[in-house]
Amino acid sequence: MARYFTDEHEWIDLEGDLATVGITDYAQGQLGDIVFVELPEVGKMVEKGGEAAVVESVKAASDVYAPITGEVMEANAALEDDPALVNTSPEEDGWFFRMTVADKSELDGLMDAKAYKAFCDAL
Amino acid sequence: MLSGLMMSEDTDIVEPETGTLPLDAWHRARGARMVEFAGYWMPIQYEGIVAEHEWTRTSAGLFDVSHMGQLLLSGPDLDTAVEAVLPIDLSTLKLGQQRYSLLLDDEGGVLDDLMVSRWPEALYLVVNGATKWDDIGHLREYLPDEITLNHLDEQALLALQGPKAAEALARHATGKYPLSALTFMKFGRFTIAGHDVTVARAGYTGEDGFEISLPGHAAAEIADLLCGEPEVKPIGLGARDSLRLEAGLPLYGHDLSPETSPIEAGLVFGINKRRRADGGYPGAERINREIVDGTARKWVGLKVEGRMPAREGAEVFSGAEKIGTVTSGGFSPSLGYPIAMAYVAADRAAPGTALEIEVRSKRLAATVVPTPFVPHRYYRGSK
Repeated sequence: MARYFTDEHEWIDLEGDLATVGITDYAQGQLGDIVFVELPEVGKMVEKGGEAAVVESVKAASDVYAPITGEVMEANAALEDDPALVNTSPEEDGWFFRMTVADKSELDGLMDAKAYKAFCDAL
Repeated sequence: MLSGLMMSEDTDIVEPETGTLPLDAWHRARGARMVEFAGYWMPIQYEGIVAEHEWTRTSAGLFDVSHMGQLLLSGPDLDTAVEAVLPIDLSTLKLGQQRYSLLLDDEGGVLDDLMVSRWPEALYLVVNGATKWDDIGHLREYLPDEITLNHLDEQALLALQGPKAAEALARHATGKYPLSALTFMKFGRFTIAGHDVTVARAGYTGEDGFEISLPGHAAAEIADLLCGEPEVKPIGLGARDSLRLEAGLPLYGHDLSPETSPIEAGLVFGINKRRRADGGYPGAERINREIVDGTARKWVGLKVEGRMPAREGAEVFSGAEKIGTVTSGGFSPSLGYPIAMAYVAADRAAPGTALEIEVRSKRLAATVVPTPFVPHRYYRGSK
């Protein structure tokens, strides 16, 4: 399984033809206490860079953009009852959605864990 | 993602003249996330908004509100001059008392909301940080030249709020009478660690608490003393906003503006009784008419179903008809569901009225509820 990171602070796990998407620990730390996550509907087609989800913290709403193009196959139902999972387990249990990968070349140029850490350290 | 959220990282777009307040280094040393607010670097949070919110509701939180404007007015016929500018009845404001008032334009729109305190031979005003320079200009223009306006810009302002604020502060504040002699909206002179301070029993959280005006050079020492008490933690602007929303208190620039009248906002108590009859303040004609005839819209509290918050700018519907706009909204940490304040058509403003709020093309069910959402717990004296 390969994990990629975007400069918009999302992570993507690639397992076969399916990608799991979430936001990083750095991102949840910046957002603060998360009270609601609006997830995309299953079957929705999302385009790389297009709106896919909305994270609501106590303070503000933030858009989450799709890191790649594809079809949403599953949304994390656990976030409906416990959106704070994004704070407590952002890169495991607090995943957002699973999607197909329409174009694997879109993964080129994304960061690996080491490059993403260096990216965050420089912020 | 994270659009608009990386506030603290956007240092390259912040104008260079963003000011620093006396506790700037103090906040940073305690791990505060600093944001630009009202022209100053201010702490938005320390450990997290929800934890800070809950701490204030159950113990005591220390808020740095030194960005607010502290003004001192003095001079001949002071009361007459100030009554021409504010809808306040100064004949009933006694030494040691503080009262809420409003700065209005000639049409009765709200330029600012503020506190007025009767000092010996002077009136002390606390105005909002974002509006203080405009307020000073407005007061200077409308007050006679004989009235002196001092901007006390070397004073810091700290708020200690919460059910344990009184016991924590009483260990440090000494004066001619004990701190417990102060009831809600009273103030007095005290000494903390050898520094002269003015303590008012008031605040912006709905809890019992105090606002302490103190010399800026003593702010770090006094903040350290207070946060050394086991009941007290520093609290950022984020929790200040969620606390005041639960308390149903308006935030200038969001819930109040020149486009809103104080009567629409339910602030009729800010127009003191004698002034409702006599007038003689800016906007009196419209406002005194609205007090009698009512207004077309009213500012109300809304309980939002589900967990998705409705925020400022969201439109409010009754069926297909758009009947209002949210001015403040968010998730209530104390209640565990979203709440909002909105101006809505007066005939849909009764508690229990079912409405809808549109958020990102979705309709959220909402019900008009009485405010405050969380009961006020002001100290009005021992039984």
